[in-house]
Parts: sequence; structure tokens; C-alpha cells
Amino acid sequence: MSEDNGAIKKMMIILSKGTLENVYAAFVLANGARMEGIEAEIFFTFFGLEAVHKKKLEHLHVATVGNPAMHMPTMLGGLPGMEALASSMMKKEMEKIDMPDVHEFLDILTASGVKLWACKLAMDMFHYKKEDLYEGVDAVITVGDFYKQSQGEGVHMLFV
Amino acid sequence: MEKIIAGKNITVNEEGYLTDFSQWDEQVGEALAAEANVPLSARHWEILKYLQNEQKNQVALSIRRIGKSGVTDIKEFYQLFPNAPLKTATKIAGIPKPASCI
Repeated sequence: MSEDNGAIKKMMIILSKGTLENVYAAFVLANGARMEGIEAEIFFTFFGLEAVHKKKLEHLHVATVGNPAMHMPTMLGGLPGMEALASSMMKKEMEKIDMPDVHEFLDILTASGVKLWACKLAMDMFHYKKEDLYEGVDAVITVGDFYKQSQGEGVHMLFV
Repeated sequence: MEKIIAGKNITVNEEGYLTDFSQWDEQVGEALAAEANVPLSARHWEILKYLQNEQKNQVALSIRRIGKSGVTDIKEFYQLFPNAPLKTATKIAGIPKPASCI
């Protein structure tokens, strides 16, 4: 334990997936940190970039295939429309517990002071431009920049 | 447990939240705010009154609701009550800590 009894001062969250359940996990963790007075930043990489891509962020789905916790036979989960059905059911349940949609959640995060970074390598790979992204994204940065951003006491890093 | 706040004997829980809102008054609010290093302005009071009203109506408080309150927005809320705004503001307002993750 170092200073302050190991108190958490900043959460650096790396989001590498674009499925709804993973995006929400990262967002809830970042927002929850801010609510506790902890700083938070999210680094969007690979499919995680979809969560901040203007045209895609409203159309994220839950994974129905390869997700045993869905309790759905894999073959059934692969049928056309299954993902959309499962996603719309999940979105309805989320609205019931006062969970915002992805766009509103991004607005809440930026208003709360969460920094949003897009991974340069993944941006190049998917041929995305900064203007394709949600306007609250602070900048497109490299892994090295992200590590620099993570320096300091009480900083924790989390990979989703 | 009992704690002396603004010269009064007040019942609080282990985190310092009032357990009986009838013991709250504006002096108690001022004292709790001073403890949290939040000097109260007229804007703070508007928000505290809003929170108390929501609590009275048994509305579950969350950051999202604050944003939609029409009283303040999330950015200003974080500026007025830096460091854990919902936790700090509810403590000053003398109402329970919201058990919300959003």
C-alpha cells in the first residue's frame, strides 16, 4: 500500500468490445467512479470504437452466439434477427431500471468529466476519421499516450 | 450514533448521513456543507431543496435524474459539489445516500 491507504484516484478503462453488455460495463464503471469522486478515462480500441462511432453507437447489440449466459442454443442465437430481438428486449429492461441509451450515456460521461480517447491504430485499421466519432471524444491517441495519461498514484487500469 | 452538528444533538449513521430528516434545518445543512468543504450559494440551496423534495416523493435519485431535473445539469452539479456530488449533496440535504449505480 502506498499513499492514502491505496485509495483509488483514477480508473483507466480500456474498452475493446462493441457488444452492448461490454459497452455498458465500461460506461457504468466509469460513471460509478465519477460518482465516488474518482477520475475516469476510457480508451476505445478495436470493436470498442463502435461505442463512439456516430453511425454505429445507436445500433449496438448483445451477443447471442458464444454467450452461454444467454441460455439460448447457439444455433438458435445464430438465426437472422435473433440479435436484434435480444438487444431490443435488453434495452427495454435497461430503460426500466433508468439506464440511459448509449448516446445519452456518453453525454452523461462527458458532462461528468470522463475523458474519452480513441485508439489511433484501430482508427487506422477501420479507416475511421475523427469526425466519424461522437463529438465528446477528446482525441485520437496512441497506446504510448494512453500510458502517459495513466501515470500517477492510485491509478488503476481495467480491460473490458 | 449521535453527533453534535450546529450545536444540536443529531442522529447519524456510520457514514454521517442523518437518519431522521426532522432533525435537519438550514443551520445543520450549513454545518454539514462546511464539513464537506462546500461553501453554499443560492444555486446549491436550489439543488438541495430539489433533492429533499424528490426524497419526500420517494423518487430514487441518480445522476441521470439530476440531469433531467430541470433544476441543474450534470456538469454544473459536478462543479457545485466536487468529489462525489450525489453522495455529498444528499448528506448536506439530510437525506439518505442513494443506492444508485448510474
